[in-house]
Amino acid sequence: MTAFAHHLSFELRIGIRNRQLLFLTYLFPLVFYLFMGFLLAEINPFFGEGLVPAMIIFALLAATLLGLPEQLVRAREAGIYRSYKINGVPSTSILAVPALTTMLHTAVVSLIIIVTAPLLFDSGLPNNWVNFTIVFIAVAFASAGLGVLIGVASPNSRSTMFLSQIVFIPSILLAGLMLPLSQLPETFLSISKMLPATHGMNAFNGLAMGVTADFEPWGSVVVLLAGGLFSFALASYLFSWDSQNSTRRGHPLLAILALVPYFAAILLI
Amino acid sequence: MTDPIIEARDFRKTYGDFTAVDGISFAVNSGEIFGLLGPNGAGKTSTLESLEGLREPNGGELRISGVDPTREPRKLRNIIGVQLQSSGLHESITVNEAMEFFCAYHGVPANYKLLDRLGLGEKRKTQYHQLSAGQQRRLVLALAIAHEPSVLFMDEPTAGLDVATRVELHNIMREQQSKGTTIMLATHDMAEAEEMADRIAILLNGKIVASGTPMEITATGAGLTKVSVRTQESSLFEDGYEFPAVTSSSSNEPYRIFFTTDIGPTVAAIIEYAESHKDPLIDLRVERPSLEDRFLEITTDGGAA
Repeated sequence: MTAFAHHLSFELRIGIRNRQLLFLTYLFPLVFYLFMGFLLAEINPFFGEGLVPAMIIFALLAATLLGLPEQLVRAREAGIYRSYKINGVPSTSILAVPALTTMLHTAVVSLIIIVTAPLLFDSGLPNNWVNFTIVFIAVAFASAGLGVLIGVASPNSRSTMFLSQIVFIPSILLAGLMLPLSQLPETFLSISKMLPATHGMNAFNGLAMGVTADFEPWGSVVVLLAGGLFSFALASYLFSWDSQNSTRRGHPLLAILALVPYFAAILLI
Repeated sequence: MTDPIIEARDFRKTYGDFTAVDGISFAVNSGEIFGLLGPNGAGKTSTLESLEGLREPNGGELRISGVDPTREPRKLRNIIGVQLQSSGLHESITVNEAMEFFCAYHGVPANYKLLDRLGLGEKRKTQYHQLSAGQQRRLVLALAIAHEPSVLFMDEPTAGLDVATRVELHNIMREQQSKGTTIMLATHDMAEAEEMADRIAILLNGKIVASGTPMEITATGAGLTKVSVRTQESSLFEDGYEFPAVTSSSSNEPYRIFFTTDIGPTVAAIIEYAESHKDPLIDLRVERPSLEDRFLEITTDGGAA
């Protein structure tokens, strides 16, 4: 087994042993999904149609924006990256492995939602599974990238939750998870294009769920992939091995550059 | 034990305006245990972490087996093993997982026999946070030496450990040394340094203020030997005597204490005095100045000693 495979397998197990990560990756999204399914599907019969993509995006956001950054910051503060550096663990593995394991855990949650939603809430399932998978990967890549970047740029545990919520809360309210994008005022629609969740929902609807997209769905996929690339590249550049060692390559504010693809989306699609 | 394996030349480390290490030079020979001593803030950690490649020097040169720790980190990682003061391990990692993980990144097979050797054989599936402090320290040491590094850095390896575990770790250090491993030991524990180190350097305010074997360093001080005497009739508590080479005296009843620069004449004179006063000796103790005494002497007078 390669060192990377050892690392991946070990982090997957750590994720299952960590109660906070278990809560944010499994319990919180699944309880929220059941709550929304029982409550909103009752109030709005059409909600069930979009329940699967909305709850999968919610699960991805909870795991990658609330769980992943905190995990990275705590490991850095505990001196774990110092010992990694001494023992030759590359920074790319340190960033990629937790992102991959988070995506894998969320894939399990997504499968649970896909299997149970039609039975419990009469929800619609994707009509194009290939596109569904492509969009899932793109959303997971973009949100994991943002999560990793927040973890790298955040100076400490206290700031991490604040930075995560700056993306998480608007995503829940404005990205089309709770109510269709078409019902948002024009200004909010533009703002919502700054969020990966908006593009995820738009791409799921237009490419996999057989629902009319609010804007070019493949454009959303490109924005998500570009956003993920920008985020991971910036995280790799700004990565610091050590909380006590102030030397890092760039100012953490450079992390804002990860929003460039989303700004472009406002102008181009 | 003649080839330098660790070399520092005019090494400097600064943090903004603060100079943590101010142009120090030293060489550690292959197979030596080299102790780095100093009070908090003396520059020990900055020196150690720069040698380990965790921090970048602001001046001078550092080499380990000819490798520059900053510029050649990939070469460095298989030369050195580091027992950090903080573990640097996930709380929920098991003993086996930790061994497999670090060995995989060093490109060597997991060394399970070492876990058995260090008394962790029955704890292989136990998570790190469930181990006792001694077991945690042994695991961290096992991870540091599993890839058989030629240089081992140990930062306060026995701090907070019970006596038995401390002795056990010292035995492991000696065993590593007998295999040819060079050990650089940073410690606050003077007894440990005196017992384990072949040579030591004392750092103060970023400079080396004393270096050599523990005996050499001890000998370069004021060198006052403490002679504690107890007699049956306490005649030494009376005035009217003067012993050769004694610079000062004090009392800690029932003992009379003398500080001397020359033990022989002082002890002989004390015995003669007691005999002449028909006051039999009950106890007489001679204590050489310890490394701790010398360390305190150096650090309290700012390195001028």
